[in-house]
Amino acid sequence: MNPRALSCEEVIERLFDYLDRELDSQEAADIEWHLQRCRDCFTRAEFERRLRARVAATGTAKAPPRLHRRISALLDGFDESDTATDS
Amino acid sequence: MRFDDAASRREWFERRLAPLMDRLYGTALRLTRHPADAEDVVAEAVIKAWSQLGRLHDPERFEGWLFHILTNTFISEWRRRRSRPHAGNADTLEPVELDSASFTLFQQLHQPFLLWWGSLEDQFFNGLLQEDLEQALDALPDAYRVTIVLVEVQGYTYEEVASLLGIPVGTVRSRLSRARSRLQKMLWVQAREAGVVLGGKEGGAQE
Repeated sequence: MNPRALSCEEVIERLFDYLDRELDSQEAADIEWHLQRCRDCFTRAEFERRLRARVAATGTAKAPPRLHRRISALLDGFDESDTATDS
Repeated sequence: MRFDDAASRREWFERRLAPLMDRLYGTALRLTRHPADAEDVVAEAVIKAWSQLGRLHDPERFEGWLFHILTNTFISEWRRRRSRPHAGNADTLEPVELDSASFTLFQQLHQPFLLWWGSLEDQFFNGLLQEDLEQALDALPDAYRVTIVLVEVQGYTYEEVASLLGIPVGTVRSRLSRARSRLQKMLWVQAREAGVVLGGKEGGAQE
């Protein structure tokens, strides 16, 4: 697979598609080839990647004890009323 | 999934559920913005998963399956609330598309000639608090926030988001790009107000 040379504009335009893994393998390889050779685009890509990782990390938060308790109680209720669901 | 008895079914389920709880709750919190709503969504999703466990054929897919139930639970509830005639929540499904101009934080922070002082990008990330980021995400209009959470937090593809929300892929793309632009603008304002980044291209000593 020979990489296709992209301009910086083309790379920046498709940067989020790349980070979101929306590109096919050839398109992704073209972007990576450029990023390995262009310091400006690489710096930009690293910035967006870091920010994206920080956003992704907001999807984890300590579930409160009362939620654990509530779920146990709900499952207890199911066990009593409906134990034969899968048999 | 089939089990010998109710106890082994329960044990199997809870063992797989436990390590996912903080991510389920965190994801629900980002989607709903409110702790009480997030708890409701998680509880409802877990109970749905429990009662539909017989339909899960591949145990390896438990995690993806459960998060999919969580997402669908949130979306149905979100739709239901929006359809109320006098919904307390004034957020609209289609935000007024005024902010089409794209703002990029990187362009504000990146100053190649100042690299030897340590970059503003590093200053920005070092000073960026989780709570600042959460606040900025929460401040996005519903349709933007949900789209960016589905893509960046949950890792859905654009096609999947389009199908989950019942909108065209092009709309997913435009919402995502506006969501990112707004989010970055808010983070920039926050960082400057907090004094995390001094200067930058829009103000301070350079003007």
